[in-house]
Amino acid sequence: MLLTVRDLTKTFPGTLALDGVRFDLRAGEVHALLGENGAGKSTLIKCLTGVHLRDRGEIKLDGTPVSPTSTLEAQELGIGTVYQEVNLLPNLTVAENLTFGRQPTRFGMVSGRRMRAMAEEMLAGYGLDHVNVSRELGSYSVAVQQIVAIARAVALSGKVLILDEPTASLDARETETLFDVVRGLRERGLGIVFISHFLDQVYDLSDRLTVLRNGKHIITAETGGMERLDLIHHMLGHELEEAEHRGVAARSRGAELLRFEGIARRGKVEPFDLTVHRGEVIGLAGLLGSGRTETADTLFGRTPPDQGTARDDTGDIDLTTPRAAIAAGFGYAPEDRKTDGIVAELSVRENIALALQARRGWARPIPRHEQKALAEDYIRRLDIRTSDAEKAVGDLSGGNQQKVVLARWLAMNPRFLILDEPTRGIDVGAHAEILRLIGELTDEGMSILLISSEFDELIAASDRVIVVRDRRHVSQLVGEEVETDRIIRAIADHAPVEGAAT
Amino acid sequence: MKTSALPLYATIAIFLIAYFLCYLQFPFMLSTRVIGNLLTDNAYLGIIAVGMTIVILSGGIDLSVGSVIAFSGVFIAVLLRDTGLHPLAVFVLLLAVTTAFGAAMGALIHGLDMPPFIVTLAGMFLARGAAYMLTIDSVPIEAPFYDFLQDLYYKMPGGGRFTLIAVIMLLAVAGGMILAHRTRFGTAVYAIGGGAHTARLMGVAVGRTTVMIYAFSGFMAGLSGIVFSIYTGSGYPLATVGTELTAIATVVIGGTLLTGGAGYVFGTLIGVLTMGLIQTYIVFDGSLSSWWTKIVIGGLLLLFILLQKGLLSVGQRQQGEAG
Ligand SMILES: Nc1ncnc2c1ncn2[C@@H]1O[C@H](COP(=O)(O)OP(=O)(O)OP(=O)(O)O)[C@@H](O)[C@H]1O
Ligand SMILES: [Mg+2]
Repeated sequence: MLLTVRDLTKTFPGTLALDGVRFDLRAGEVHALLGENGAGKSTLIKCLTGVHLRDRGEIKLDGTPVSPTSTLEAQELGIGTVYQEVNLLPNLTVAENLTFGRQPTRFGMVSGRRMRAMAEEMLAGYGLDHVNVSRELGSYSVAVQQIVAIARAVALSGKVLILDEPTASLDARETETLFDVVRGLRERGLGIVFISHFLDQVYDLSDRLTVLRNGKHIITAETGGMERLDLIHHMLGHELEEAEHRGVAARSRGAELLRFEGIARRGKVEPFDLTVHRGEVIGLAGLLGSGRTETADTLFGRTPPDQGTARDDTGDIDLTTPRAAIAAGFGYAPEDRKTDGIVAELSVRENIALALQARRGWARPIPRHEQKALAEDYIRRLDIRTSDAEKAVGDLSGGNQQKVVLARWLAMNPRFLILDEPTRGIDVGAHAEILRLIGELTDEGMSILLISSEFDELIAASDRVIVVRDRRHVSQLVGEEVETDRIIRAIADHAPVEGAAT
Repeated sequence: MKTSALPLYATIAIFLIAYFLCYLQFPFMLSTRVIGNLLTDNAYLGIIAVGMTIVILSGGIDLSVGSVIAFSGVFIAVLLRDTGLHPLAVFVLLLAVTTAFGAAMGALIHGLDMPPFIVTLAGMFLARGAAYMLTIDSVPIEAPFYDFLQDLYYKMPGGGRFTLIAVIMLLAVAGGMILAHRTRFGTAVYAIGGGAHTARLMGVAVGRTTVMIYAFSGFMAGLSGIVFSIYTGSGYPLATVGTELTAIATVVIGGTLLTGGAGYVFGTLIGVLTMGLIQTYIVFDGSLSSWWTKIVIGGLLLLFILLQKGLLSVGQRQQGEAG
């Protein structure tokens, strides 16, 4: 065994995050670590790599007990890690981020040229040829940053590579590239720990898997011998209740709510028309970078449209700023919740009440008991795993933080809500919960624009699906037409299917 | 081009334009005498500003430096008066003391997870108090070695003096530039300024780096104290009150982000020179009162803070476009 963990226990105030967990990793295997949001996966990783100090337990690397007390020590032991949260520094250049701590020096001085060469070498094979390593990392997209973080961890991992939800902000092609790299490392005899909520990816990549639930070890098994339903059962502790199909059974269309005409933004999206009806879910499908997120940004005034009109039955709507859009009853839970969603120091209650409070104006504070009731309602509805509503959001697990962001926008009760990848990083159980919630909200009259790379999700939730390609809205599928094959075909028309997402 | 370099260019542009305007009014401003004095008069400020730049780049602040200069002056003067030590030995001793003092503050900041503002504020009172304990009077320095140091200069064409302490200041700036931009330590400083939590996850030795940052600032404050004692020829416990704030102002005018993570040591030099230029202009003009310096500095500070805010939002928009 390359790495063995025995009886690992970790408590946080009010939470037993890990309870006597065991785990082992062979050289030359990809070992998936699975479990619900808040099961303790990230905590296990952090105890292994010295970010948290464990209460109890034993960690052996190559048979010798180790106790790293910082990421640095873990790196020196040959353990490279991509953590779930933001991993790199946007104010440093790409090259500095990649080579940090190992910059080539001469007489104590960093050689910029050799550092850049080293960085370029580290990035080779990830398809990031367009990236200029001398530029600040922050000027690149989250996906690029994520790949850079992975490249860094790969280069640091002499023995063990740990990837905590590395694919959450990658598209299908980038994911495939990553998997190729991981398979290459496996060939070379590294042990790889892979955490993901995408079960397809788990089956695709991993050799063995371990399931945690509520901080306890549930099972370790060969991936090949594990039925998917059994796996979900192990993770949730109960059966998954499938969200029922919406598509054909769609209810009658509500009255027209909003009408967008000729909306466009140069360099972002080409002109498009969109009519939104009350209580309708409109799916938006397309590859990453095809104009999906750009459409949402434009509709919400994040990058205000430079032409076109938006109208409801009372007249024109101002879309020049997000603030104006919010005032018009729009809501938007952006894709990049990792960086601009939460206020980590504030409690769950405060975070949920935040946007609602902003809309009411600070002169009319929401009474505390109302805030509390609101928070508790969403904690229940979204199944947010927290000891109580006063816990700081930064102390929740990654997936639960995302649920808090979602709750915040839902709590505002907008008439038109844009959800960009609402289920990324959220476990299978909560996934179904969220789809059910979307159904409930639209029954109450809310209209939703749902952006997702997961066709199952789009199909399950949407009344109609608009397909975006090359910044253009190319086709619309209604009712029975909403099915995976048709979406893929619409996306892939004239283009290779390479990007079809999982 | 890096957006983070824009404030640096703005600083340089403002300095050159200001200098040109001064020159139009008083052509003598471009003489080597004025330039020599500009460097000499602001040498002690430039040196602590380099230390302050490193501290601010890491997202911290060091309020103790003004007091440490005063302490250094008194320490040197009293030791030279009361013992037979050679000034060079005293310098070494002093630098050891101030560096250790800075390191201790860094250790407290990291170890107890306390805000740098509080810890260095305490350090400020401590150093000032220690200076008072040594003496409450101004103590003249009469060592012959000091006369030698004060007379050490290169006479530039035009009659200006390029003094030893100006050289020390420029060397300090050069040293600071190498440290910040060309060493692993420097990258670690920027990393901590960009986000201490993330830096830790990346494997930055946050504790060690923090201690070194404040030790460096303490060293620079000691060096500045030596330079100041050469400049004034005495030690006085009430000297350089509030100089730490001037140093912070020069750093910000020099284009360094007050919240850390972005900036250049060279910009700080320009910031110091800008400050000196304003003072020189006021002296030349003769009719303006010296508090005009403060007003102009205040205006410039505001301008730079607004500029950085503006650039920050432009940067974010650009990222939006790229993503
Ligand atoms: N710093 C902390 N302080 C207090 N509690 C914490 C802290 N970090 C994690 N927890 C708690 O420990 C439990 C396990 O969290 P962990 O982050 O390991 O979950 P996870 O399995 O990674 O979930 P996800 O899939 O959402 O990322 C959660 O209940 C969480 O609230
Ligand atoms: Mg996690």
